[in-house]
Amino acid sequence: MRYLPHTSENIASMLQKVGVKNLDELFSTIPEDCRRKDDLNLPEPMSEWELNDHMNTLAGTMAVSPEYKVFLGAGSYDHYIPEAIKHLLMRSEVYTAYTPYQPEISQGTLQTIYEYQTLITRLLGMEVANASMYDGASGLAEALLMAIRITRRKKVAVSNAIHPLYRRVVQTYFAPTGYEIVEIPYLANGRTDISALDNLEELAAVAVQSPNFFGCIEDLKNIGEKAHSDKKTLFVTCFTEPLAYGLLKSPGSLEADIVCGEGQSLGVPRSFGGPGLGIFASLNKYVRNMPGRLIGQTVDKDGKRGFVLTLATREQHIRREKATSNICSNEGLCATTATMYMASLGGTGFRELAGLNRDKAEYLKGEMKNAGFTISFDSPTFNEFVVESPAGFETTYKKLLKRKIVAGLPLAPYYPELDDHYLFCVTETSSKEDMDALIKEVTS
Amino acid sequence: MKELVGTTGLIFNEPLLWEKGAKGRIGFSLPRRDVDPCPLDDELKGDGPDFPDLSEQDVVRHFTRLSQWNFGVDSGMYPLGSCTMKYNPKTNERQASLPGFAGAHPLLPAELSQGVLKIMFDLEQYLAEITGLPAVTLQPAAGSHGELTGMMIINAYHKAKGETRSKVLIPDTAHGTNPASAALCGFKSILVKSNDQGILSPETISEVMDEDTAGIMVTNPNTLGLFEENIKKVADIVHSKGGLVYGDGANMNAVMGIVNVKKLGVDVLHLNLHKTFSTPHGGGGPGSGPICVTEELERFLPVPRVIEKDGKYELSEDYPESIGKIHAFYGNFGVKLKAYSYILSMGANLKKVSQLAVLSANYIKESLKGVFHLPYDKPCMHECVFTDKNQEANKVSTLDIAKRLMEYGFHPPTIYFPLVVHGALMIEPTETESKEDIDHFIETMKAIADEAKKNPELLLEAPKISKVRRLDEIAAARKPCLCG
Amino acid sequence: MSKEISELNLPDDVKYTDDHEWARLEGENLKVGLTDYAQDQLGEIVFVEMPELGDTFEKKEEFGSLESVKAVSEMYMPVGGEIVSINEELSDAPELVNEDPYGKGWIIEVKPGDPAELDLLMNKDAYLEMLKGLE
Repeated sequence: MRYLPHTSENIASMLQKVGVKNLDELFSTIPEDCRRKDDLNLPEPMSEWELNDHMNTLAGTMAVSPEYKVFLGAGSYDHYIPEAIKHLLMRSEVYTAYTPYQPEISQGTLQTIYEYQTLITRLLGMEVANASMYDGASGLAEALLMAIRITRRKKVAVSNAIHPLYRRVVQTYFAPTGYEIVEIPYLANGRTDISALDNLEELAAVAVQSPNFFGCIEDLKNIGEKAHSDKKTLFVTCFTEPLAYGLLKSPGSLEADIVCGEGQSLGVPRSFGGPGLGIFASLNKYVRNMPGRLIGQTVDKDGKRGFVLTLATREQHIRREKATSNICSNEGLCATTATMYMASLGGTGFRELAGLNRDKAEYLKGEMKNAGFTISFDSPTFNEFVVESPAGFETTYKKLLKRKIVAGLPLAPYYPELDDHYLFCVTETSSKEDMDALIKEVTS
Repeated sequence: MKELVGTTGLIFNEPLLWEKGAKGRIGFSLPRRDVDPCPLDDELKGDGPDFPDLSEQDVVRHFTRLSQWNFGVDSGMYPLGSCTMKYNPKTNERQASLPGFAGAHPLLPAELSQGVLKIMFDLEQYLAEITGLPAVTLQPAAGSHGELTGMMIINAYHKAKGETRSKVLIPDTAHGTNPASAALCGFKSILVKSNDQGILSPETISEVMDEDTAGIMVTNPNTLGLFEENIKKVADIVHSKGGLVYGDGANMNAVMGIVNVKKLGVDVLHLNLHKTFSTPHGGGGPGSGPICVTEELERFLPVPRVIEKDGKYELSEDYPESIGKIHAFYGNFGVKLKAYSYILSMGANLKKVSQLAVLSANYIKESLKGVFHLPYDKPCMHECVFTDKNQEANKVSTLDIAKRLMEYGFHPPTIYFPLVVHGALMIEPTETESKEDIDHFIETMKAIADEAKKNPELLLEAPKISKVRRLDEIAAARKPCLCG
Repeated sequence: MSKEISELNLPDDVKYTDDHEWARLEGENLKVGLTDYAQDQLGEIVFVEMPELGDTFEKKEEFGSLESVKAVSEMYMPVGGEIVSINEELSDAPELVNEDPYGKGWIIEVKPGDPAELDLLMNKDAYLEMLKGLE
């Protein structure tokens, strides 16, 4: 076996040194009744080439571009990934390293993550970002728990226009705790109804997503002011599409206290939903309450600049049950990817790409309206929007799947009141021809 | 002593990203604009992020240089205890990057995603076979996420019986994630001391286990690298008071094909695919932490679950007692894919993996015994724990030994863990290191022990040839500089 | 490497607790800090987590914590009472706890609920005996 270098001579001489007769004897401390008697019942080992064939076949069953035109977003976005990034990520000093516990021989990882933290704070207008969380959803749950720790309050208000799967994750995290989640409804224009906050008191946090699940850009300024009418309440904003902040005002400039979300858009392939990148940022005054790892700049013995894991006393391996989170492994390689992606685009390119996403989405929105769809919400959107279909579209939708077009995400499973509503996403990967072809199909 | 593996090459200095570049450069091929611009309300519009503008070559050189400052499994032996830094097969990377997988949207209709659903379904079956626990979820994104999920299930189990229990037993050898995960579920950790043999005594468990205790979290083999020989008795005591046994499977690499985890009395177990199943650590992640449970606990597993109907796979939400979702989608599919590819490459050879991992650790233990102090002199599993006690007289500590090892071209072992051993050096060679490399490591450790006596300065000043020398962590923590 | 017991600075004008804190009566209030032994054991202090002004605690209740790079250590009230002052300088210079534990490195000032509780604390000799027991 090519991953097992021990020859029978090697094994014999090692066994001799250990002082046992055979490999089985190595396990003498395991009581007989704990042992397994039968062999592992697994498929016959495949050669590298058999494995390639097997995986090619399975991969071939998947509906992906360019064969399929997939107008799906909803927390997972199709963006071009430069070849240079894929190439750099193959450097095995990067991907076969562990967490940088020994800084002298981990400066590559450490400087990269420090750069990641910095670029994220610049993107979101925040003061400090951690080295990553698992994904946007668990990041939101951790943000709300952090607000509860800071304020010592027990109730959070969460907008109904936040990704429904994120809200379910928050519910799971909250279930054993006894903390309360109050849902804030959305308005007919697709934005969060902040007047619902009027009757709520003693909130640890008010959480909204912008652009929200419907693609609508929230009025963060107003919501932030409203949330902060109680000085203790923290304003938590989340996102599923960070590219939007190439164009939009940053949440930090609109009074956000904690910003979290999914960073898959930043150069990470969709991979059926994971690994993604949980982005998490906050203000300096809350840094000791933040979950996750942090990299800091310092100097070495000779006064040379270098980077280390720091403020580790917040974390599980030191503070144990009083830690700010149990997180240990994070999404380091995805944070590295995002750094490479943000560096490749630069400030200028990031803004242009964001503009192109919105313009393309606006184009399809206009064309769909002309084709007899109703635009459900009239608030401004970024690269996603909701339409209400004309009667009988369900049949067309299924027909389109057969013609290799996924025409948006049906919303009824998430919002029963939004029967016949579909969430469409358009990124820079959709050409005008693709969109025109879609319109032609839905109108024919 | 053979020639040193470590040497100095031409390593480049490289500034921070924003110390490079010029406004107007770009390293990205922007797609052609084929639609008209559509202005956005000024009220909503910001200035765009202040990122440096760089060319593609700027970016490539930057990260290539940075990568050269790192040590990975592909650079050399990485005997980091409890982390199972085994070789990461390249075929795994190839499979995960196939466009059909890498480009797959998680909310595709089931009929358009049969390939990935089959992989998840089969991987669950394989993990069930390997552990002996019949029901599996792949949703947790890392080991500690799996622990949290497992503790949520234990919490849900007691709740379903109409009970609330407030405590969890945690041995003093546990990973810090155990008490932190338990705390997130509202449980108070009760520390349980190991005996003088480094394992749990049934008597100690009897004394503390009661009907207000939800269960126990046991790492087996434990973090001293020892098999918890009394695990069945411990489990019986916990079960007799209505509690459950949580197994931390971080050290599963020692016992694949050897032990049936269900027979040990474990009710919930998490696995670290990025340890035992060869997926790379990525400089900190992503990992994947599936959990395996008994039939009795299956109904609490997270949703959606992959099911098979007439040869077709689909995702089902129909589990009313499920704890819910713990990841937006289905966890780190890209990582699971690599573990799946590893299992298909190895098949029943996984037993051999564990045998050789244990052989290598015992071989190191026997070879270094006496040179370094061995606090528990008995057969170990996949890792062995030494201390710096023999070197104390020379005022040389575990940290100095670790730093000197770097100069010889080895990644240091895990140091100062487990906490129950003062000055611990926890060595896990894994099965993928050859005898020659292990012998070289042993020789090096002996040479360092010798240096500690004759020329301790070499250790105290190490490392000198790395990109940076020892760093001022105190200054970093006193005046945090977390962004540039 | 930590100090020998004979090297420790243990002044006579303070009282000691078994949690290795000292308390000194200054007017009506008590100044509280960390003993030389404790600061030496903890190593370089990088952060002091303080209570808020006006908080009240029972004797032996946790009121804050001290952090070194790789450890956290809780601090407990030597007597019950109200926090009337905290050492603001420590937020910028936590190293004062190491450098001058009985002076500039003081941590909190407490208005005791029951001044008689002070008499229950150890004097220098009793504390020294306790430290010898820990050896």
